[in-house]
Amino acid sequence: MSSAELLFDSADRPAPTGPVLEVHDLAVSFPSESGRVRAVRGLSYQVAPGEVLGIVGESGSGKSVSSLAVMGLLPPQARITGSIKFQGRELIGLNDGELSKIRGKRVSMVFQDPLSALTPVYTVGDQIAEALLVHRGAKISKQAAAKRAVELLDLVGIPNAVERAKAFPHEFSGGMRQRAVIAMAIANDPDLIIADEPTTALDVTVQAQVLEVLKTAQEVTGAGIVIITHDLGVVAGFADRLMVMYAGKAVETGQVDEIYARPRMPYTLGLLGSIPRLDVGEKQPLVPIVGQPPSLTELPPGCPFAPRCPMEVDACRTAEPELVDVDGSAEHRAACIRTDELAASDTEGAEAAVEIFGAEVVEEAPIAKVPREERKIVLQLSGLVKHYPVTKGVVLKRRVGTVHAVDGISFDIREGETLGVVGESGCGKTTTLMEILNLQKPMGGTLSVLGQDAADLNAKSRKAIRRDLQVVFQDPMAALDPRLPIFDVIAEPMQVHDLDKEHIANRVPELLDLVGLRREHASRYPAEFSGGQRQRIGIARALALNPKLLVLDEPVSALDVSIQAGVINLLEELKAKLGLSYLFVAHDLSVVRHIADRVAVMYLGKIVEIGQVDEVFDAPRHPYTQALLSAIPIPDPVKERQRERILVTGDLPSPANPPSGCRFRTRCFLHATLSEDKQRTCVEVEPPRQEQGEDHEAACHFAQIRQVL
Amino acid sequence: MTGFLLRRLVNYVVLAFVATFLAFSLASITFDPIGVLQQRNPPPPAATIDAKRHDLHLDQPIPQRFFTWMGGVVQGDFGRTIADRPITDELGRRVGVSLRLFLLGITIGILFGVLLGVVSAIRQYKFSDYFATLFSFVVLSTPVFVLGTVLKLGAQNLNNSIGDNVLLFTGETTPGFEGSWIASLLDRVQHLIVPTLTIALGQIAYYSRYQRSSMLDVLGSDFLRTAQAKGLTRRKALFKHGLRTALIPMATLFAFGFGLLVVGGTFTERLFSWFGMGDWLITGISTQDTNVTATVTLFVAVCVLFSGWLADVLYAALDPRIRI
Ligand SMILES: Nc1ncnc2c1ncn2[C@@H]1O[C@H](COP(=O)(O)OP(=O)(O)OP(=O)(O)O)[C@@H](O)[C@H]1O
Ligand code: SF4
Ligand code: SF4
Ligand SMILES: [Mg+2]
Repeated sequence: MSSAELLFDSADRPAPTGPVLEVHDLAVSFPSESGRVRAVRGLSYQVAPGEVLGIVGESGSGKSVSSLAVMGLLPPQARITGSIKFQGRELIGLNDGELSKIRGKRVSMVFQDPLSALTPVYTVGDQIAEALLVHRGAKISKQAAAKRAVELLDLVGIPNAVERAKAFPHEFSGGMRQRAVIAMAIANDPDLIIADEPTTALDVTVQAQVLEVLKTAQEVTGAGIVIITHDLGVVAGFADRLMVMYAGKAVETGQVDEIYARPRMPYTLGLLGSIPRLDVGEKQPLVPIVGQPPSLTELPPGCPFAPRCPMEVDACRTAEPELVDVDGSAEHRAACIRTDELAASDTEGAEAAVEIFGAEVVEEAPIAKVPREERKIVLQLSGLVKHYPVTKGVVLKRRVGTVHAVDGISFDIREGETLGVVGESGCGKTTTLMEILNLQKPMGGTLSVLGQDAADLNAKSRKAIRRDLQVVFQDPMAALDPRLPIFDVIAEPMQVHDLDKEHIANRVPELLDLVGLRREHASRYPAEFSGGQRQRIGIARALALNPKLLVLDEPVSALDVSIQAGVINLLEELKAKLGLSYLFVAHDLSVVRHIADRVAVMYLGKIVEIGQVDEVFDAPRHPYTQALLSAIPIPDPVKERQRERILVTGDLPSPANPPSGCRFRTRCFLHATLSEDKQRTCVEVEPPRQEQGEDHEAACHFAQIRQVL
Repeated sequence: MTGFLLRRLVNYVVLAFVATFLAFSLASITFDPIGVLQQRNPPPPAATIDAKRHDLHLDQPIPQRFFTWMGGVVQGDFGRTIADRPITDELGRRVGVSLRLFLLGITIGILFGVLLGVVSAIRQYKFSDYFATLFSFVVLSTPVFVLGTVLKLGAQNLNNSIGDNVLLFTGETTPGFEGSWIASLLDRVQHLIVPTLTIALGQIAYYSRYQRSSMLDVLGSDFLRTAQAKGLTRRKALFKHGLRTALIPMATLFAFGFGLLVVGGTFTERLFSWFGMGDWLITGISTQDTNVTATVTLFVAVCVLFSGWLADVLYAALDPRIRI
């Protein structure tokens, strides 16, 4: 990074004075069939030079729209009023030509989805060079721009940048593309970088890398940063100040530490209480925020949060509360008429949230008291293998390789138990799950469900087992047939299993009750429900046949945190009430820590560590688990700033060509520090899964405890 | 990459061969040139008929006839027409006529079709978009001979109002025309305008619809936004990043459009008395001439398959994601 200072020589620039960005009373609306959508309704904020402002809020709260307004990139039908001043110059009203001189030069932007953010037909190097050429015109030659593009790629941590600059976007992984986009954003040494959910689409390990790159970018350019996210963990360690948005308005602003420690608006409080904590061992209650964000076409008068607020009183409905100073300090402001009462209460933070929102720890099932060994095994995998052929050619396909999607994994799930399976995307989580649901003889190893070996099943016994083995998928919308009313959606599995009509007619309302939906909803269609409600429908459907084992594939990752908490609580309740066992696949380790009893960490088709949740999280033995845990941001600014990150380098190797010996060795930080002998062991010998303590196994030759939380 | 294209080329040659064989067999089975001969009044003597049968190799089984003909083709001899004239002599001229007509029409069609499509997409739901849509639907739903006839009438009216024959629409040149090369070039151009327009209009309508939808897909894309975010003006981003990407799916269309047009051009050729390949096919069928029919089929097959190959090449050139 020593070239960074050379790259960004800001000596010739005047010392910045005043805020870089001043947004005042910004309002944006769009025409729609049901009236004007008022996406942003009077938003004011400032960003000082070099400051990092975090913007958080639920989906649809206007985070993206307000930042696109700053960039002047809203579609033409958007109506924009108010003022956006960049370094004192008003941006609203400038034409495209004038704005284009500022965009990419003084203000730049990093978008959420790196996969589609680059033009597929030009090389990455050319696209970065273009950012330079378009602003410097004749002052920089093509060669110089290309050279500089390589330097920038190097700066954002693309190995072998000279070569990689010639690659096309599709040859880059998601994380690398996001790095390239960041390289583009800092190419002209901007004064402000807006990052709209820059890491949401990435795996945690890659997220940690990209955040690191953004920090470097900020250091070398000295730019102010606006980082938009829905993840309160991401901003905790990164942002200086925070702005919480709700329904197109700021509802709380202040220093990060202050807001996390002393939230003064019930919505913020609820948000903080709704996230499961990776760093808290004992069961904490999760705060669900009931209901959904209001429609932005017809906002009722009063506080927009009122319908969901546990502290709501009549006065809340009369006028919309303005942002007012909290505790007499203009540094911290909140939009709630009962701010003072929050300040007066004895509890703070998550504790206060639990009290105010009335969340409770879900009772454990009686079976949880029975020792594990004495409980029945409901699912057992031993040495399960699934390989996919890689073929080439269109007409005459020939096999050119093998993807080792799942390469010999073993675990069991006992009655009343939840096993969480975690790992980066592409590590084989979904394949494992699909193999289980298939109920066929596996390619290698054995699979047995409820004591029956899948290899011995015939069509009839397989169908019988299917009753006891149900699944809930990630995307609630895609999993439900949009043309069927909810009644039919939920009834379908029962019809498949030939249950009589009367039974079905009684069972559906029962199920709706069970998952917290209203009976009257049975006649509505999936499109009329929110994401969280749809997921509840998916769960009701899965429960229709009274299964014993539920397989859940990322059941909450498509949901906003406030909604997610409700679904997690529901799953916990159901498990206790119905004595279910869960196989819970997720990439969010905090959720897994909260809900699972045991956890299996997968890497490239293998389980690298498995055991009791608290054991694995508090005393991880495998370097990959340690890196994974360390990559996850904790929603606690003080802790987060003190944490030292173990960064896994690079991307997941191709599962078609896994490294010899230990599969993790190409990215293992421990491996790099070992003596040559030991390194050879990693390269040559595949580490077996070894006992590390009671119910705790890890597959590393040199496993040792390292606390990372 | 080169290997892939070569393999494809070999595939296409085989396919062209098969297509021609089928056309040849079909023509041989259905055509009955001897029957035509026998119906003459007075009927020719039996010896003449036998001689004709022998000349046409009708006494051989069809596959053998085909290979005999093919053997000639490989050496550049396409056999003789039913009227006993060498096909090869006429082939070059007719191919020239067809290509002159279509290459120009299709080039204009592609250029303006793409332009119209892009403008429609960028100005979606504006007047120009509605106008372009209307134009395309009217042109696409009008049969070519109607369109050609209308254009002919229009040209005639124009000529009348000018009081001079500016636009000519019968044949390629004015028969017996003599003059300097400039004058004869002008004469050819005068003949070319209306038929070319007939072809081009259909092509513009067709391509503009596809270009519009492929451009609309690209308009909402993230990379276009990224391009603007780094400082390109909207217009520049649209053309450099948007259009370039939106052209990829069009490559196949361009290539095949050309291949099929040669067949579809039959009406246009007849209408304007251009004696090209399309016209020849009709002549061949109506005179029950197997060799001519097979020759035209071979030509069309070669055009279509060459287009397919061209589409592969274009695709590979336009889209770096295609790795072959
Ligand atoms: N082009 C548009 N036309 C109409 N409505 C729009 C448009 N863009 C955004 N909206 C609406 O504006 C509101 C705010 O959207 P915005 O994208 O800013 O939310 P967000 O906070 O960024 O959410 P997310 O977390 O999902 O990214 C939403 O109701 C959205 O449907
Ligand atoms: S103003 Fe009332 S409804 Fe709104 S957040 Fe405060 S207490 Fe809740
Ligand atoms: S076996 Fe070696 S490479 Fe693998 S995790 Fe352990 S130390 Fe790292
Ligand atoms: Mg957004």
